[in-house]
Amino acid sequence: MPSRIFVTGLGFISGLGSNVQENLDSLLNLRSAVGPVRYIETSLKDELCVSEVQMTKEELLAFAGLTGREACSRNSLLGMIAAREAFLHARLNEHQGLRIGLISGTTVGGMDECEKYYQDFLSNDSRNEFIDIYDCADSTEKIAGYLGLKGFMTTISTACSSAANSIMFAARMMKAGKLDCAIAGGTESLTKFHLNGFNALKILDKMPCRPFDAARNGINLGEGAAYLVLETEEAKKKTGNKIICELTGYGNACEAFHQTASSPDGTGAYLAMKKALDMSREHPDNIGYINAHGTGTDNNDLSEGRAIETLFPGKVPYVSSTKPFTGHMTSAAGSAEAIIAILALLNGIIWPNLNFSSPMPELNFKPVSELIRGVDLNVVMTNSFGFGGNDSSLIFKKYGIY
Amino acid sequence: MTVPSFLKSMAYINGIGIISPQNTLPGQEFLEPAVEHTGDFLKAIEPVFKTYIEPIAARRMSRLIKMGISSAKICLQDAGISMPDAIITGTGLGSVEDTEKILSELTVEGKFLNPTPFIQSTYNTISSQIAISLKCHEYNSTYVHRCFSLESCLIDALLQISDGSATNVLTGGIDEMTLNHLSIIRRLGIWKSEAIRNLDLWSCGIPGAMAGEGSAYFIISGEKNEHTYARLEAAETLYKPGSTNETARLAACFLDENGLSCEDIDLVLMGNNGFEEHDSICEDIVSRALPDSSRVLYKHLSGEYHTVSGFALFVAANILKKQSIPGSLIVNAPAPKKLDNILIHNHYRNTDHSLILVRK
Amino acid sequence: MDELIDKLKKEVIAQLNLEDISVDDINPDSPLFGEGLGLDSIDALELIVLLEKNYGIKIEDPKDGKKIFYSIRTMAEFISEHQKKA
Repeated sequence: MPSRIFVTGLGFISGLGSNVQENLDSLLNLRSAVGPVRYIETSLKDELCVSEVQMTKEELLAFAGLTGREACSRNSLLGMIAAREAFLHARLNEHQGLRIGLISGTTVGGMDECEKYYQDFLSNDSRNEFIDIYDCADSTEKIAGYLGLKGFMTTISTACSSAANSIMFAARMMKAGKLDCAIAGGTESLTKFHLNGFNALKILDKMPCRPFDAARNGINLGEGAAYLVLETEEAKKKTGNKIICELTGYGNACEAFHQTASSPDGTGAYLAMKKALDMSREHPDNIGYINAHGTGTDNNDLSEGRAIETLFPGKVPYVSSTKPFTGHMTSAAGSAEAIIAILALLNGIIWPNLNFSSPMPELNFKPVSELIRGVDLNVVMTNSFGFGGNDSSLIFKKYGIY
Repeated sequence: MTVPSFLKSMAYINGIGIISPQNTLPGQEFLEPAVEHTGDFLKAIEPVFKTYIEPIAARRMSRLIKMGISSAKICLQDAGISMPDAIITGTGLGSVEDTEKILSELTVEGKFLNPTPFIQSTYNTISSQIAISLKCHEYNSTYVHRCFSLESCLIDALLQISDGSATNVLTGGIDEMTLNHLSIIRRLGIWKSEAIRNLDLWSCGIPGAMAGEGSAYFIISGEKNEHTYARLEAAETLYKPGSTNETARLAACFLDENGLSCEDIDLVLMGNNGFEEHDSICEDIVSRALPDSSRVLYKHLSGEYHTVSGFALFVAANILKKQSIPGSLIVNAPAPKKLDNILIHNHYRNTDHSLILVRK
Repeated sequence: MDELIDKLKKEVIAQLNLEDISVDDINPDSPLFGEGLGLDSIDALELIVLLEKNYGIKIEDPKDGKKIFYSIRTMAEFISEHQKKA
């Protein structure tokens, strides 16, 4: 009988705050982090709004307690800070002999540094120490070094579902008896590389995004990192950690439709959510809240909306996208929004889908637009759908509810 | 130090599709004769891509994607399967060519307008475009972690098979090299500073590794059939295992957990790549852990890249199926008495070590 | 106009990397998207880039592309119109 998977630690840094509590405070006070560009140097500065972690790289280094002597990217720093919070929350530093895995999602890797030095790389030796930090693995290994982890580790890059897939893979490794616990999630800092890339795809909104709105006009990019500590039942007996909630279902499916677009009927999204639902053995009526992928693009919100209606015919649960709060954190979105969904679960709150005013004519439901308190929430779902159709869905359940 | 627990799942290699610097396309003799290269890196010998990809579909595909899709289709044909139950890709650097295009345009930011290179530069585009070409809605993932990339895929595939999620997993590793990228990494002092003849890699006296590239896809299956090459017994990754002695000990544990002793290993496919510091670590570990096993060098045929264990797995699977070792490989004494069990060892900067166990 | 149509065909083939297609294969009045050449949303974005790089015409909203890029002829007519205004 494969082990149950418990969440025992959370770590989160975003435009909303530098730890879980600060992020929660921002959500409760309806404080969006989306605004003008403040930190990243880009010629698109005056054209876009983004969500940035409100610290320079030097401030992040200081916050992490590092000197900056070793070449390190902003992306890695965000990952280290969030992973450390989760690691300490679950007191993993106090337990020896546990097989701890580190599974991290990222696409940026060290690109936020390397994109500055590309011409140097080609023409001189002045920036050689940055050559090695370019790839995705570097950020994962920086986190490992920072926390003194030497167990199993790997890096997943499936675009916007990277962090969700990291959580899933960690759970599967634990159920197979290969790990006792895992730090799983993702990290992504803003880069000129992907700001310009998304801009070339013409799917960025110059104004704050409006997911599921009839007049929605695209994405606001965001940055940050978020990690969960997951434990098996056996590990939890050893650590004695309080169970935050349980990961009861997950699903990974591929849209297989187009390199950037989702199918109009939301096949991939539906399949991912259905797999998660089937695994959780929950009746659809038991899902109290869906934290949608809800990017604010024409395509995603229609596709995802249709998939939700197909899976929950006639009775769509509360749905909201929290990307108007955090921006689209791309490879970190899956774990960031998992934590936001968990915070909803623990507090009995439905987060509003900010900036919403007109329902989409194609859908029969509309997202929640006001904060709702006092909700009897037992099970929540969170969706992450990546470019290329890498679709993932996670289900978390309040512990002790059957 | 905690001894890692290793995967024990029965799974078979039922199909292979590989594009490499050697003659490894369908119908070609197994690594005979060796192909000579004299360029700065070992360039993969491409098939006629039109055979596997509609020209209109190929219009915006980079060379890397074309290699990935073609080798995946070759693999499926080899296994006699039209639709896999999962698609998992490993790549160390993704599309270097597209990444370079964007980085060079970014120096004057407003100039960067083309969406195509950006889409092609995302690591998961390979796995996703394979899925699009097959219309496969099943599990799909991409691992990007240096010389753990393909190994993570194999571990994931073995998990899928042992928990019953999948019977036939299409999984592979792919990386490309460009002259631009080579010029950059040459600054690190671990790559040969000039072009040599690949077959002289071990004797040329010029320090450094030789770069290569390639794409190797496999069908890992829970069912043995007439297409079966060999058993994929287990895969493991070790991060900063410590001294070569400790790494050797962990390698021995890995074998023990899979029901084998060091004496049972007939061949070790060595991670040697021509860079002395790297090679001495390979030799030290293997001589401690597996003093009686034959050692095979192969990177003069493939070059070095993050997912080169795909080439090694192709080599191991074919040796076990054909029960012979082609002359293009270099076998160091002692000569093997039998060909039942092969261990593949590789490492990156003595930080990431990987082990793959393949059996008849 | 015929000259522009011919020039555009070559530029579209180059920009979209339509290796196997020759200038004679493209009927200037056939739809470029859906049926006809079967181009998609990413090609539309690439055509927007082509208009800006080669003709200095900027299209802000990709949705405007539907009419403009219906066929080679509609593209040519759009370019002519804009070049007259300039």
